[in-house]
Amino acid sequence: MATATVEKQKSDVILQYLRPRKKFPSVWCAGCGNGVVMSALIRAIDNLHLSKDEVAMVSGIGCTSRMPVYMDFNSLHTTHGRALPFATGVKFAQPHMKVIVVTGDGDALAIGGNHFIHACRRNIDITTILINNHIYGMTGGQGSPTTPANAFSTTTPYGNAEKSFDPCSLAQAAGASFVARGTVYHAPQLEKVIQQAIQHRGFSVVEAISNCHTYFGRLNRLGDAVAMLQTFKERTVTLAKSREMSAEELKDKFVIGVLHENDKTEFCDEYQRTVESVRGGK
Amino acid sequence: MAERKRRLMQGNAACVQGAIYAGMRFYAGYPITPSTEVAEGCARELPKIGGRFIQMEDEIASIAAVVGASVSGLKAMTATSGPGYSLMLENIGYAYMTETPCVIVNVQRGGPSTGLPTKVSQSDTMQARWGTHGDYTAIAVAPSSVGDTITETIRAFNLSERFRTPVTVLLDEVIGHMREMVTIPEPGEYPIINRVAPTVPPEQFVPFVMTPNMVSPMPAYGQGYRYNVTGLTHDIMGFSTNRADEIAPKLDKLKFKIENYRDELAKIRVDMMDDAEVAFIAYGTVARTAQQAALIARQAGFKVGSIQLFTIWPFPDQQLIELCARCRKVIVGELNMGQIVHEVQRVLPRDVEIHTIQRYDGEILTPHQLLEKLDEVL
Ligand SMILES: Cc1ncc(C[n+]2csc(CCOP(=O)(O)OP(=O)(O)O)c2C)c(N)n1
Ligand code: SF4
Repeated sequence: MATATVEKQKSDVILQYLRPRKKFPSVWCAGCGNGVVMSALIRAIDNLHLSKDEVAMVSGIGCTSRMPVYMDFNSLHTTHGRALPFATGVKFAQPHMKVIVVTGDGDALAIGGNHFIHACRRNIDITTILINNHIYGMTGGQGSPTTPANAFSTTTPYGNAEKSFDPCSLAQAAGASFVARGTVYHAPQLEKVIQQAIQHRGFSVVEAISNCHTYFGRLNRLGDAVAMLQTFKERTVTLAKSREMSAEELKDKFVIGVLHENDKTEFCDEYQRTVESVRGGK
Repeated sequence: MAERKRRLMQGNAACVQGAIYAGMRFYAGYPITPSTEVAEGCARELPKIGGRFIQMEDEIASIAAVVGASVSGLKAMTATSGPGYSLMLENIGYAYMTETPCVIVNVQRGGPSTGLPTKVSQSDTMQARWGTHGDYTAIAVAPSSVGDTITETIRAFNLSERFRTPVTVLLDEVIGHMREMVTIPEPGEYPIINRVAPTVPPEQFVPFVMTPNMVSPMPAYGQGYRYNVTGLTHDIMGFSTNRADEIAPKLDKLKFKIENYRDELAKIRVDMMDDAEVAFIAYGTVARTAQQAALIARQAGFKVGSIQLFTIWPFPDQQLIELCARCRKVIVGELNMGQIVHEVQRVLPRDVEIHTIQRYDGEILTPHQLLEKLDEVL
């Protein structure tokens, strides 16, 4: 009974943030992890009491990138890979807005790889939710920059000969000032790190490990959505625990938590200081 | 009357002046010769007036940031040259589809590919009309002097705001880099057009509503109208659609909101055409040579005039038909292998002889060369 009430309250929160005039259901397959990330994101925003008007959701192209279209914020569904530069324009034009980018692993790291590292370097106050399902969903299961070595996809029918990116290490190395990871199995933890990322002033990245059972799961014999979630549970270790583990033991594990955080100066703040010194000096 | 400010200025600097006069407060760009001075000027001037300048990682990112800033309510611009313009085209298409005002300056150099970075060309004329994929109608303007560059840049912003569409300013290397004395316009001297804001409360807001002129009011992000902007073909609410009865009206809107105002858009300078039997037709750098050549020909007793196109797209069909009604021959001069001459051929009646003089070796056309051509065709 008590749990039922909690569940009801939760769904009420979600409903408040869905677009009243958008036709549902969504484009996503039943059980797709994208829905879990969307609700974690909504709860994080709700916890922070942000007004819907001050939030802009920007995305590129892919299954993942359809997310902002369903949510009742200012939404900008852009071109493949380019969400971050569009978001940079929004944020820099209106620095008081909370700008959140939702992007897939292909969108962010293949076609958008260069924008990704430069947004990190600039440390502009944008929160990027990078949903990593290890494959291209929307175009039908081709290999992506996070497809593991030897894994199957429609363009790696004999196993992937390439090596994959670790989005979190990449973000940290490129200069992002907040980097975290979660999975769709650990929804409350995901909500918490997303909330922390939004609160952080600077470029923040949350990698959300998610299931594309339709392609990645099927092609790699990982089972249905539930079975894939089960593997996320089994393969996940917390940051604290990971510190006691060897590299060998950490192979194939997802380390979740806030992996990196610092407080270096943010780009819009820095530019504002320039504007003030130029205008003051006139 | 107070002395008006006169200044010796480069074309690229004039472009910055015009843009700021028009209200541009956001610039994102990536350096490329011969457009770089536009970025440098914006980097210097924008902080002084509380505007924003950002050097992005490439041209794709630059135009993306410009569109992001424009939906957020700032008048935004980028400047580039051939290769950079090619990179921008997918996102310029996004701006057409989402009906986002912005200005793209293309200081043309020779191509294709990296081509001739420091040499003049007018070979992106067709690209400014047909560059991006899909069906749409484009606006492009072409100044021919440093002074024009100020006024045409202002006009580009005004048209972009008025029609909610990207507008391309086609400069060329010679204008971009040449220095001339110009008069700095006083505030109020030229009207400034701003996009129309919605008058209805957010609950009643229909983002891509059909209005009589087909231009929908546009709020800025953050003002309470939380609508969806997408490059997918969308219905009037801004949500993607696959319905035939919604797709065609959307594409018609993109086309006819501009096509229906061709006369207002057409801007032409006409010299000595009243009784002209031969007309030079040109734009950009070549237009000035053509005016000079026509004058020399007049002094020698020939009935020659010149027509300069400030608006390249949409092409001023009707105006050319009327202006050339008494002409037996026209000579189209261009710094490319013949891009606008095809439009002139399409528009003018069959009994007008159309000649063309083209140069695509990185050099300009001189009045002498146009006169030689005149000699040849007479
Ligand atoms: C310029 C361009 N190239 C290719 C595409 C086709 N495309 C659409 S979505 C997509 C991949 C999306 O994969 P990912 O970002 O991993 O997102 P997912 O669908 O898995 O959520 C591609 C290649 C495109 N829309 N635009
Ligand atoms: S194809 Fe994969 S990523 Fe796309 S909606 Fe289906 S499960 Fe999700």
